[in-house]
Amino acid sequence: MSSAAITARPTRSVFAASRSALGALVKRDLLVLRKHAGEFAARTIMQPLLLVFVFLYVFPSIGQGVGGGGGKAGESDFATVLVPGVVAITIMFQGIQSVAIQLSQEFGYTREIEDRVQAPCPLWLVAVARVLSGAAQGMISAILVFPIAAVVHAPGVEAHLSVHWWVVVTLIPLACLAMTSLGLVLGTTFEPRNIGLMFGFVVLPLVFLGGTYYQWTKLSAIQVGGFPWLQTLVLVNPLIYIAEGMRAGLTEASHMHLYVVYPVLIGFCVLFLSLGLRNFRRRVLS
Amino acid sequence: MVVGELGEVIRTAGLTKVYPKADAPAVDGLDLGVRQGELFGLLGPNGAGKTTTVGMLTTRVVPTAGAAWIGGIDVVARPTLVKQVIAVVSQQNTLDRSLTVRENLYFHGLLFGVPARQARRTADELLERFHLAKWADASVFALSGGMAQRLMVARAIYHRPAVLFLDEPTAGLDPQSRLALWEILGELIADGQTILLTTHNMEEADQLCDRVAILDHGRVLALDTPAALKQGVGADTVVSVQADGDPAALAELLTREITGVTQSRLTGAGVELQVKGGGANRLLPRVLSAAEAGGFAVADLSVAEATLETVFISLTGKELRD
Repeated sequence: MSSAAITARPTRSVFAASRSALGALVKRDLLVLRKHAGEFAARTIMQPLLLVFVFLYVFPSIGQGVGGGGGKAGESDFATVLVPGVVAITIMFQGIQSVAIQLSQEFGYTREIEDRVQAPCPLWLVAVARVLSGAAQGMISAILVFPIAAVVHAPGVEAHLSVHWWVVVTLIPLACLAMTSLGLVLGTTFEPRNIGLMFGFVVLPLVFLGGTYYQWTKLSAIQVGGFPWLQTLVLVNPLIYIAEGMRAGLTEASHMHLYVVYPVLIGFCVLFLSLGLRNFRRRVLS
Repeated sequence: MVVGELGEVIRTAGLTKVYPKADAPAVDGLDLGVRQGELFGLLGPNGAGKTTTVGMLTTRVVPTAGAAWIGGIDVVARPTLVKQVIAVVSQQNTLDRSLTVRENLYFHGLLFGVPARQARRTADELLERFHLAKWADASVFALSGGMAQRLMVARAIYHRPAVLFLDEPTAGLDPQSRLALWEILGELIADGQTILLTTHNMEEADQLCDRVAILDHGRVLALDTPAALKQGVGADTVVSVQADGDPAALAELLTREITGVTQSRLTGAGVELQVKGGGANRLLPRVLSAAEAGGFAVADLSVAEATLETVFISLTGKELRD
């Protein structure tokens, strides 16, 4: 310890110091994830499991299956729509859970952020580290959830899945980044005591109007004066592009064109990241 | 050499912070120089601008005007570089709740670019040194306030910072933990660690600091060694008198009758006198008889040595805790 003299001269370049700091920040998050692996898995699986259990097992079994007008085939079509939707909301909830709620607490309650921002790297990198490790968690949860969503069904109900690997492999990471960036915006905006507000006014509308339970292409049927207002309105919802993208990646069902999905999701990433980083900086500096 | 000419590791010039919507600056044209290896204290009441000053020096508060350098590096222009050579122990517990005691140190090492194996070794050394080895694998929730504070100090000095900032380190600690922390700070200073601490505890400033800057309303009122500050007041003794009757009249009477009174002050129930050379010639009996002779029935009488509190009172006319 005492062998090294104390010096007021920084020994490393900003770049070198930032690189190791980023590594340490992500490593820390992943260690915490490993420590709470059970909790993480339970939290990740619970909601999708309940969704598919109720919609794809209970409903068809008691004769009120969604799409039941078309018999088992109709119910299976609904399953085909729902499975990608479930993967999409899983990714979204991971962004909320691993970034928004965590950050909100670290800013408002535990003050842990106070120490982390003294890391020898630019402030924005501290936020980006959290976004990256959150995205990694999002990918893990997507992989956890997919088999469950694909398997839990009533007899005779079956989702018609066909995996398009290049879409899955590119879209899931992009979707995770977009949702953890959204988490950064929410976590730097909402105080811990307002988290309920965030769920009520941001998370729930995103979920229910995010194409989890229906295809965006079918929304054109909802019209006022010939104008498909709902189909137009939900375009502001980032989740719709993820759900549609997952539909393209996991099924043969009709979906929004991928030429739209990718650029818009990249746009949302940029928008949320820049908003989130600006908020983060404002919260940290005075 | 990056350290300033006089071996100053912290230097500020006209450092000023005006918060939006505030009528008065929180810190007002601060010019400080802290030397290498020094334990420098910022003493002042709440709201004097101590925490804002530390905030500016640790890159968290952006100055409205002026400049600050640490080891010759401009804090405002190059905050990322400055963070390599400073460490902060803040008022709140900022330990990582998701990690164990040892992991808190280990990850701090990684954060500052220490290779994993060495980071683990240094963490264990620090745990020994700060008497936390027994708690190495415990959650930080298991630590008492004093132990958490020790762990925060251990974490802060992990990367051998050129300056260690301590913001009100003993606020909220029990007396025993406070003494333990003072002991640790003494060891750090013996190792050549430069420390800047803020406190509103004049005893702490007096006991620990090589030099003290007394702050009020964002300005430095006096800056010197504690001994020189106390000498500067001119009084070495403080006498408190409580008596029936008009305190103002009593103050006037005693100031007239007792030799060596440099300043008198009304304190709610009585009078406080600052006296020069009061330690010697039978001060208490003289005060008592003068008061009684003036028709005041003395209820309580006490005498104490001048402290930094005395200095603060003589500079501002008010107590530190006001």
